[in-house]
Amino acid sequence: MSMNFNAFRDGGVGKMGGKMSDSKYFNTQKKGEIYELKAELNSDKKEKKKEAVKKVIASMTVGKDVSALFTDVTMCMQTDNLELKKLVYLYLINYAKTQPDLAILAVNTFVKDCEDPNPLIRALAVRTMGCIRVEKITEYLCEPLRKCLKDEDPYVRKTAAVCVAKLHDISAARVEDQGFLETLGELLCDSNPMVVANAVAAISEILDTNPNAAKQVNIDTPTVNKLLTALNECTEWGQIFILDSLNNYSPRDEKECISICERITPRLAHANAAVVLSAVKVLMKLMDQINNTEFVQMLQKKLAPPLVTLLSAEAEIQYVALRNINLVVQKRPDILKHEIKAFFVKYNDPIYVKLEKLDIMIRLAAQTNIAQVLAELKEYATEVDVDFVRKAVRAIGRCAIKVEPSAEKCVTTLLELIQTKVNYVVQEAIVVIKDIFRKYPNKYETIISTLCENLDSLDEPEARAAMIWIVGEYAERIDNADEILQSFLDGFHDENTQVQLQLLTAIVKLFLKKPQETQELVQKVLSLATQDSDNPDLRDRGYIYWRLLSTDPAAAKEVVLAEKPLISEETDLIEPTLLDELICHISSLASVYHKPPSAFVEGRVPVRKIQVNRNADDAAETDPHIEEDDRAEYNETEETGAPQEEVGGGDLLIGDLLSLDYPAPTPAQQPVNNANQAQPVADLLGDIFGGMDLGGGAPVAAPVASSPMDLFSLSAPTTYVAPPQVILPAARAKGLEVSATFARRNKGIFIDLTFANKTMMAMSGFAIQLNKNSFGLSPGAPLAVNSPVLPGVSATTSLSIVTTGPVMKMDPLLKVQMAMKNDIDVFYFECLVPAYVLFVEEGSMERNLFPQMWREIPDEKEKQFQLPFTKKSQDQVEAVLAANNVFVVATRQGGDGEHLIYTSVKFTNGIWVLGELRLPAGAPPSLALKTQTVAAIAEVHSAICTILAD
Amino acid sequence: MLINSIFFINHSGDIFLEKHWRSIVSRSVCDQFFDAQTKAATPEDVPPIITANKNYLISIYREKIYLVAVTQMEVQPLFVIEFMHRVMDTFTEYFDECTESAIKDNIIVVYQLLEEMLDNGFPLATELNILTELIKPPTIINKAVSMVTGKEGVSSVLPGSQLSNVPWRRQGVKYANNEAYFDCIEDVDAIIDANGTVVSAEIHGNINCNVHLSGMPDLSMSFINPRLLDDVSFHPCVRLKRWENEKILSFVPPDGSFVLMSYHISTQNQVAIPVYVRAMINFKDGQGKVDITVGPKQTLGKTVDNVVITVPMPKDVTGCSMTTSVGSYTFDPSSKQLRWDIGKIQPLKVPTMRGTCTAPAGSQCKDAHPTIHVDFKIMQLAVSGLKVNRLDMFNENYKPFKGVKYITKAGNFQVRT
Repeated sequence: MSMNFNAFRDGGVGKMGGKMSDSKYFNTQKKGEIYELKAELNSDKKEKKKEAVKKVIASMTVGKDVSALFTDVTMCMQTDNLELKKLVYLYLINYAKTQPDLAILAVNTFVKDCEDPNPLIRALAVRTMGCIRVEKITEYLCEPLRKCLKDEDPYVRKTAAVCVAKLHDISAARVEDQGFLETLGELLCDSNPMVVANAVAAISEILDTNPNAAKQVNIDTPTVNKLLTALNECTEWGQIFILDSLNNYSPRDEKECISICERITPRLAHANAAVVLSAVKVLMKLMDQINNTEFVQMLQKKLAPPLVTLLSAEAEIQYVALRNINLVVQKRPDILKHEIKAFFVKYNDPIYVKLEKLDIMIRLAAQTNIAQVLAELKEYATEVDVDFVRKAVRAIGRCAIKVEPSAEKCVTTLLELIQTKVNYVVQEAIVVIKDIFRKYPNKYETIISTLCENLDSLDEPEARAAMIWIVGEYAERIDNADEILQSFLDGFHDENTQVQLQLLTAIVKLFLKKPQETQELVQKVLSLATQDSDNPDLRDRGYIYWRLLSTDPAAAKEVVLAEKPLISEETDLIEPTLLDELICHISSLASVYHKPPSAFVEGRVPVRKIQVNRNADDAAETDPHIEEDDRAEYNETEETGAPQEEVGGGDLLIGDLLSLDYPAPTPAQQPVNNANQAQPVADLLGDIFGGMDLGGGAPVAAPVASSPMDLFSLSAPTTYVAPPQVILPAARAKGLEVSATFARRNKGIFIDLTFANKTMMAMSGFAIQLNKNSFGLSPGAPLAVNSPVLPGVSATTSLSIVTTGPVMKMDPLLKVQMAMKNDIDVFYFECLVPAYVLFVEEGSMERNLFPQMWREIPDEKEKQFQLPFTKKSQDQVEAVLAANNVFVVATRQGGDGEHLIYTSVKFTNGIWVLGELRLPAGAPPSLALKTQTVAAIAEVHSAICTILAD
Repeated sequence: MLINSIFFINHSGDIFLEKHWRSIVSRSVCDQFFDAQTKAATPEDVPPIITANKNYLISIYREKIYLVAVTQMEVQPLFVIEFMHRVMDTFTEYFDECTESAIKDNIIVVYQLLEEMLDNGFPLATELNILTELIKPPTIINKAVSMVTGKEGVSSVLPGSQLSNVPWRRQGVKYANNEAYFDCIEDVDAIIDANGTVVSAEIHGNINCNVHLSGMPDLSMSFINPRLLDDVSFHPCVRLKRWENEKILSFVPPDGSFVLMSYHISTQNQVAIPVYVRAMINFKDGQGKVDITVGPKQTLGKTVDNVVITVPMPKDVTGCSMTTSVGSYTFDPSSKQLRWDIGKIQPLKVPTMRGTCTAPAGSQCKDAHPTIHVDFKIMQLAVSGLKVNRLDMFNENYKPFKGVKYITKAGNFQVRT
């Protein structure tokens, strides 16, 4: 050991006094300092040179630009002085990016240094070269790197291994060409564990960005054994890399699984939290493949203590640990079931730790520990931090729902909290009590009076809505329910939509329960909702109630006061397939975000079905044409005009026809509330708008045709097209018979029309227009008919339909009113558009979004259907669905040979409908559909029936 | 597995040091971090993982400094966090402290260290003994020696231990006096509710070593009651297999001080609570009544020393006036901390503190019930009952001096009122 070093050590072991200061290097930012530095750098004196380089680096570290000195600093590189060399290397790494050409000048020195007898210098050179991220330099890097990978000194080999990853980042092709991947693979069996660890790290980084490289690096059983041996001897970081790479290996059989587990378990006692969590990940994954329950139980027992220990580490580590424990607890609740105390919150925990702990406490809450948990939660509910307090109150409610025997205690606790009169505590408590009522009907309604005392303090929409729900639901028990609701109604316009909707329903409930006293109230709320509101949801609901109440009060009772399904216990569980995926990513960012890596990390290609791009180019090319032609058509329509004084209901239609804002890209219009318009066409209006209230989702049969199209289903699945139907009989159109079918082609909607001339004269001057409709369908091009159509002859044409027209909700949803013109007259008729033509090609939902969205949609927006028996195989079903833009997001094998297909559909107007199609072996399939827009469910159902029909 | 850059940020949100290992990342990446910093109620509350466009910011907070690591790929956050804590540990060892000024004063060494610790985002050399061989810590003596001899602060020899199977130990260590000290320190974490019931209690123990032994000693340590230790984590030097099979700690120690083992005796086992605290804190009409009594409980015959009671008063409290039977109190009006320094608890003199605190009338502290933080220290006692049985040394022939010491302290010891 050098004398120098001993001298230092005597100066004090452990504590190293820091008196010498580098701050002098900062006193250089004066005018002309660059010139000064330049002079110093070129000085003959070694000491002076070194001091100058230090000054340059000091400036660089604080972000000052000293790139002008590049040449001068590089000149200092050729030196025997290691410190000076290192400093110059530091500088080079920083600036090579901005001065690539100059960096080339340094290459020779690097190459020379790679041959130096001192392994430290060899390693330093190869390491620094890799850090210079300049494409040009890689050419010179390859030879020295190849030598260093086979260097006799392991220190150089281990540095070179990392350098391959660096090179790959700059030029992946070069790494593959030069066979460096194979060399890395060989290093996995190196005799030195550090070299192995670094090789593993380099490989995993390369695989991360370039999955193809996997072919060249084979991790097989002997390699895994080598890795497991190296695991015991390499550094803590190396252990992380190795454990991570083991995660990608699938053992051949259970025996191997168990042996790997046994060799990994000691890592759980490592002081480095990252090593522990990596080991947990591998164990959790392997555990799934082991059937030996005894062994699994033993492993589970061993997992608990290290997980708890992580909670006594630094707050940041605790946070990551807690996010992961959240996954572990959902996957294997047994592991930590006795450790709930470890998750009790300390007052000086950072807020992000507190919130996570609370989450896990709820998950672990069970009958055995509920008393303690409740006492804790009550304690937290009196803390200072508002977010935390709210979450604690919510947690009490969730405990009540989860642990049935404790419900009573939870309710008492909540009542005590309400007594504190702390505003946000009261509001939060009322929100959860609503859920408790729904879980345990007719049990705790005695507390309603206490709740009512706090009416005035509620100022948050969620709490107000919850309170209104309670009043409506239990109106018969609350003497002054009408007064309460009346008081809310007075400020109806200022309320949030959530509250308005709730208020509307509550008052209708009240009316159904006490019709005598509340007639006035219900009329008021209905008129407020339907006439004074521009919120479509509210208006729709208002109309539904109105219609229901006026036509059939008994039915209204059945609908509005129907028994509600009990709410589920665990509302925020991660979907099982996602959970399994996340378990494989324990300890990574994915586990912190609780999202699969493909959802957020760039460069990872999500696994999903890619649709064949059907003539995308064609569509793009034709687009401009369409617009041009539109304009022509528009003018023409205006010129020809339409007889204004036509049929009774015609006025409005014609008006619309003329004022239609043709496919010109106008934003979808708000549905116009025509209820105020007093027109002679009131009847029609009544039909159109009065009908809207049924938009709630009565199933509507789409035009389904079965037999004649069997031809299609024999060949490869194609987009379903129904056989043409007569939409305008000759008798109604002065001898013109129009039949049509809708089809989806080239990512667009088309109507295939056949005009049959049943008169004695030729027809010409055909034009078509569509009234406002639910999906904004309107002609995308003028109607091109080979006119004149001679008597007794039919002409066919295909009209493209765009979805940029004006929107108005129709009933049935897919009804379209059309006007057809020829040189004889204008005819009005209507038809139903089959829903499947409205499914867009972009309707494939990302796999990871699907479960999230599925959960977000409340259960009441789900409908289940039994489908007719199908002869198709699973694959055929999937293919047929895909051909019709019903996208298969995922499939799963259920019990009893049942095959589950998860589908997504997107309408042209952006409505998503998610589906779960169950294909049991030898039984008719069943379908569950879920969407935020309930009205769409029936349409999707009938569309899928049509598509799947044999 | 990659750390792109690390930014060092101080309390007021200035970046005072940045280091990039791959391409240079613009400082603006920290904007999201600054937002979070402004939003956080206290500096500790800044969430450790923040998304900033395509970057992920992983931060730690220590010594009033934030270290913010930037990464663009899927990484293991714990790996990054552990690494940054290691960086701070290293700086503390090098410069005695790890404050902003210490870092600024030693910027070149800091930069060299960071370059040595991480290569292309991969940890390279993080063991202190390797680093001190590669880069000399900045001491006066070092400096003087290099002035006289012309030798450099950077070693030109490859540190032998970097490649050995015991990377944590320097080779060729020689001492005139061979000694090994082991401090068994136990922290008692507890939450005690207002009635004196123990809500949760656990012990975090560490065995801290200071080993000055020549050559390559191979030590083994055994305990009288190893069954207490079901949840342990070890320094990398400990042979894990041996522990699994025989419950014996067998290791080649690093040179100098290190943590050999830390253990955790969890809630299921009975944890002795050495002190009791009875506290009454009530607020009424702008006046608070405080009455706190402290006494020894289960101390196994040892004296409780260094007792300090800290009460975080509600924000509205403006002043406190107390009388204490033992010790003295202070009230810090800015942090609102009432601190009662008791010192040693004498067997026959029960420490009490009574008095009032004032808050403006109509203030919100009516329902306040602060959680009291208790500090204490008991020498010559490991509250868990852990005892070292024997320590043997192999592989070397001299007779070292061996010493074991036990201390019990309060960790996160909280009493609710």
